[in-house]
Amino acid sequence: MQSPGISETYNYKVVRQFAIASVVWGIVGMAVGVLIAAQLVWPALNFDLPWTSFGRLRPLHTNAVIFAFGGSVLFATSYYIVQRTCQVRLCSDRAAAFTFWGWQAVIIAAAISLPMGFTTTKEYAELEWPINILIAVVWLTYAWVFFGTIRRRRTPHIYVANWFFGAFVITIAILHVVNNLAIPVGPMKSYSIYSGTIDAMVQWWYGHNAVGFFLTAGFLGVMYYFIPKQANRPIYSYRLSIVHFWALIATYVWAGGHHLHYSPLPEWAQTASMVMSIILLAPSWGGMINGIMTLSGAWHKLRTDPILRFLIVAVSFYGMATFEGPLMSIRSVNALSHNTDWTVGHVHSAALGWVAMISFGALYHLIPKVYGLQQMYRVSWINTHFWLALSGTVLYTVAMWVNGLIQGLMTRAVNDDGTLTYSFIETLDASYAGYIVRLIGGGLFLAGMLLMAWNVWCTVRQDDALSLDNSPVDPPVEHSMDPEKRSHDGVEVQA
Amino acid sequence: MSDFMSLIVAFLILGVVLFCWWLPWIVRRNQPSDQPTDKSVGHNFDGIEELDNPVPKWWYYGYLATVVFSLGYLVLYPGLGNYPGLLGWTQVGQYEEERAQADEKYGVIFSAYAQQPVLQLAADEDAMAAGQRLFANNCAQCHGSAGRGFVGFPNLTDDNWQWGGSEQAIKHTLKHGRRGNMPARGINPNLTDPQLEDITHYLLQLNNREQDSDAAEQGQPLYVQACAACHGPQATGNTAMGAPDLTDDIWLYGGSFDAIMVSLLEGRQGHMPGQQKFLSEDQIHLLTAYVLRLSGRHENGE
Repeated sequence: MQSPGISETYNYKVVRQFAIASVVWGIVGMAVGVLIAAQLVWPALNFDLPWTSFGRLRPLHTNAVIFAFGGSVLFATSYYIVQRTCQVRLCSDRAAAFTFWGWQAVIIAAAISLPMGFTTTKEYAELEWPINILIAVVWLTYAWVFFGTIRRRRTPHIYVANWFFGAFVITIAILHVVNNLAIPVGPMKSYSIYSGTIDAMVQWWYGHNAVGFFLTAGFLGVMYYFIPKQANRPIYSYRLSIVHFWALIATYVWAGGHHLHYSPLPEWAQTASMVMSIILLAPSWGGMINGIMTLSGAWHKLRTDPILRFLIVAVSFYGMATFEGPLMSIRSVNALSHNTDWTVGHVHSAALGWVAMISFGALYHLIPKVYGLQQMYRVSWINTHFWLALSGTVLYTVAMWVNGLIQGLMTRAVNDDGTLTYSFIETLDASYAGYIVRLIGGGLFLAGMLLMAWNVWCTVRQDDALSLDNSPVDPPVEHSMDPEKRSHDGVEVQA
Repeated sequence: MSDFMSLIVAFLILGVVLFCWWLPWIVRRNQPSDQPTDKSVGHNFDGIEELDNPVPKWWYYGYLATVVFSLGYLVLYPGLGNYPGLLGWTQVGQYEEERAQADEKYGVIFSAYAQQPVLQLAADEDAMAAGQRLFANNCAQCHGSAGRGFVGFPNLTDDNWQWGGSEQAIKHTLKHGRRGNMPARGINPNLTDPQLEDITHYLLQLNNREQDSDAAEQGQPLYVQACAACHGPQATGNTAMGAPDLTDDIWLYGGSFDAIMVSLLEGRQGHMPGQQKFLSEDQIHLLTAYVLRLSGRHENGE
């Protein structure tokens, strides 16, 4: 720990780049999502072309929203947070720039190769081996920049947001490499080194932790910085953050097997995944409580601050989705929900409600900061965006819940003679109204994203917007956020 | 799994669950108070402070409840390595139990039908309603809900049978399935593409379709050489081998010049999966009656 030198600055350039990229990729990913939702309503929109067929565009949608949009948000926020909470510049500008351009190259490669039909067929890991190698290189560089910066920190401790980012960076590196081990047989073709059930288990160990560490741990890091900053309130409980962090990472890595209930996966592995998923409810809610209680005493700010509204509603959706997840992991519930739209609804209540909304809140806070501005061009547009996003998420999620239950119940209904009452096509027919509502919900969400892009465009085009590439490190803050509540006796947790 | 691996697995799972128990307990034990004090722990990160508030009580007990549930579940169900659980539950056991229950409950319905001859069943509306449901569950995916088939999947309503239309033959098809295998270029791999075109013209001629009669004339001996072994010298097919009649203008894989050429150039492999793993003998009996009804046999009084 050292005092900041006069010349010490933050690298905001890479933060700015990733922040703008996340807006661009957000539009692309969500627009493809709306298109494939429309294809399920009007199949003619597949255009009878292989490149625009649902089967190829669906992985493009998932990769674009998770890794292009979500990934860019995580890069932007983690680089911003790690610098500001360690009071130090990123350890290497060139390596940080490499992660930006490398990640964009990965996204472009995905956007070209997936519609062309190159795929490993592993969900959320569809990209072929040359792209996977690039991802691994970019990711290891990211890890080096992130942990290198932590090592140079000027603060005595490591802030909780950085614990989550650290866990996310390490685990994603391991998951990505292990799941994508494959024998290449051509420039864009490879075979997994695993076979059969083991391949399925490795895939879902990866797949569920893409959710657990990319879309959860990473965005909890986002939450732990932007909620206290935006609300200007201290974190509710340091103790709670210790418990929920360690319990979360201890149990999440086990949970993948709940995607393989009633399969050739041995029963013990199914059960182990299920009980870990149930326990996971507690640490997940620990994070939600810490986020929401941080706002206690400042609830009135929700009335006036749409950014805070985004952040708090995101945490609420996080709580809902992490209640639903353990529920769906229970064997008998899964027997009903598996292979229905319930799963799609669950994923989107988390992806739209939690991941995207916490991202919007964070970006609305961060973008003016890295352009040297007080706030976004139009704060009222943020409010409009909030209501578009919220109504879109609710319509989407409820439509898929209803569809999922309809499908689950129809496929298990039997006649008096034991034959199935409904055929698959009848469940599809019954789902049609839900598909229309889902399309409307997705359209509203995309409209909000476009409004955000317009707001960002107007913000950065203002005359007084500065591209702050080298922002001076602030002197250590001595004043308290809430003076009468502050005590300097510094009670350390004796855990 | 070896006993050693089983021990490691059990140890790991129990270890994580017990760690999840220990963690909130130890953090809570050191709490200065059960009530929120809003005292800072003294950290300051970019202006963010952290308070030393206790973990909420309701959350803590909820957390313990998930751990207790998990331990209980691990005692009752297989989870700790090779330990089978007190309930002795397995997914295969559950499947077999549900099957046995279904057989007991529904078996009587089908065994009653199985007492009647198929053509009598085929004229019985109640029986055929049940048969239609079996068909919708197990056959309609390929043959269509009306049984009219699709390219590669035979039409069951035309009383034209690739593998024979007797009760015996249909039952055999349903139980054991069928594998059709037409080799590329018939049994003469040396045939040239123009020769295959000649054969195609000959086949079109057999069906009184528009063709090039010179080519058809040249195709006839080539047909005898490459195709007659299965489809017969008169091209009327052979149900014992599943070789279709080529003179009735009914085409499983399409009857256009181009479609026939694809069949000749690439061969055709058809696969009807056997149903005896999924359906009982009695159900197959009823389904046979339904298939016969689809073809209109019950009206022909055969």
